[in-house]
Amino acid sequence: MNKRKVYPWYFVLVPLLIYCVFSVIPGIMGIAYSFTDWSAYGKELHFVGWKNFLEVFNGKGDYLKYITNTMLFTAVTVVAKMLFGLILAVILAKNIKGKNFHRAVMYLPSVLPILVTGLTFTSILNPKNGFLNEFLRAIGLGKLTQMWLTNPKIAFWSVMGVDIWRGTGYIMTLLIVGILAIPKVYYEAASIDGASWWAQFKYVTMPMLRQTLSVCIVLNVIYGLKIFDMVYALTNGGPGKRTEVLYTAVYKMMSKGLYAQATAISSVLFIFMLIVGFFMVKILTRNEVVE
Amino acid sequence: MNAKTKKKVQTVLKNIVAWIASLIVIVPLFLIILNAFKGNGEALTMTISLPKKWVFTNFMTVIEKGKLIRSFVNSVIYAGGATILCVFFDTMAAYVFSRRRSKGMNALYMFVVLGMVIPINYVTLTKVMQFTHLNNSAIGIIILYIAMQTPFTIFLTYGFVSKIPVELDEAALLDGCSPFQLYFKIVLPLLKPAVVTAGVLCFLNCWNEFMMPLYFLNSSNKWPMTLAVYNFFGQFEMNWNLICADVILTCAPVVIMYLACQKYIVGGQTSGAVKG
Repeated sequence: MNKRKVYPWYFVLVPLLIYCVFSVIPGIMGIAYSFTDWSAYGKELHFVGWKNFLEVFNGKGDYLKYITNTMLFTAVTVVAKMLFGLILAVILAKNIKGKNFHRAVMYLPSVLPILVTGLTFTSILNPKNGFLNEFLRAIGLGKLTQMWLTNPKIAFWSVMGVDIWRGTGYIMTLLIVGILAIPKVYYEAASIDGASWWAQFKYVTMPMLRQTLSVCIVLNVIYGLKIFDMVYALTNGGPGKRTEVLYTAVYKMMSKGLYAQATAISSVLFIFMLIVGFFMVKILTRNEVVE
Repeated sequence: MNAKTKKKVQTVLKNIVAWIASLIVIVPLFLIILNAFKGNGEALTMTISLPKKWVFTNFMTVIEKGKLIRSFVNSVIYAGGATILCVFFDTMAAYVFSRRRSKGMNALYMFVVLGMVIPINYVTLTKVMQFTHLNNSAIGIIILYIAMQTPFTIFLTYGFVSKIPVELDEAALLDGCSPFQLYFKIVLPLLKPAVVTAGVLCFLNCWNEFMMPLYFLNSSNKWPMTLAVYNFFGQFEMNWNLICADVILTCAPVVIMYLACQKYIVGGQTSGAVKG
């Protein structure tokens, strides 16, 4: 059978073209424009060399902070979601009463628009009459009440908390499917050998879950580094610039007309993701392409 | 403590953890639902108590004041249009990628899947949008959504195609099928689960999207629901009963879809990640 004839190349043409023009080309253009003084004010473009990148990395502006904030957000939310997700998955993969209800409920936040989740939590985290503070006062923990979104020390942690609320159920669901795919005989063999619950988790569940765990981490890192809606709805980068992440900063720079700086900082993420992306794609497509 | 009581304690503990987690998720959702039925003054404090007086007119008020019918139609057009086109073209592409498996095609497939990872440069994308005259247009948003969803959709459907035996193609060819007949008459009908799964996920993602319209739609009569709800939030900051009603109307389609197609959504999200 002549594969070239039977599976024509032009079947891939349309998506490939759209993907290239609206995703790949802007990325590459971005790198080129990072070396110019492109802005809303100047008519002509001038080549300025590494100036924009130096501005990002010399630490004088706030640019570096946007990057570190984004990385902190990603690291904290990934670790927390994985930890809570794993605990819940281990519990809900077993036969406990109402497991289908629990599973369905916990997955629900991840289908809601992220923006709407953020807006909703601005009310819940309102210091004066928000639900969280009211609840803490009602159970006698009034001391713990906080200005969740306006206290510079706490705001970023609140934003991360809302994101963990949103994303844990998704990770849990992936992990449940992973756990259920582990052949039962391994557990039977382990319990015949007298392995405790913890030993079974450590020597059977965890090693068998490796692929699922790494996919979860990869998907969450990608999600975290690109976060925008959640921060935009909750704090829009404030107070000060405490919760400013990369994409909220890019949006603000763009509205100010600082195109070259905005594209330079976007390109930093683009290049970083291009480098690690290769390994991420390898993890995502493992056991798939090679047969 | 003997083994039996130990097991019982464990079961109780597990149930407690599961219920606490579920409550943490449910309470904020209930808060929204309850307050959407309260009067303006009562909703100001956003408590979890039942409404003293059930107000059902909030929804009508929001639809009128927020011009939600327009936005709803827009969202349906954007998400629906993108989903249909995306799934139609992407299953074709995934089919060829999965069947050809030559070095070049494999590399091209990896290049497309890389799109799941690389971030979009919105700054230069505005340039591309101006150049292609797609700025501030429905078609522009639909095309952007297709560009965003294509990597994942191809990745997802690729796995489904691999499970259809190649022998089927060979038999069909022997019977005199053309490449087009082979795909549309033989393979595509077998890909129905893939099409539904990819379609549902694509629709959800596009419905929930916020950044593309924020950057590329400036006239308010073109806004989708997410942008409309954000704008409404800014205007009616003190009317939480109305905001809650708006939030419910924005989320209703995705929640209904989730409840109806839970199997496909969860299955689709996990099939890429977990291989038995």
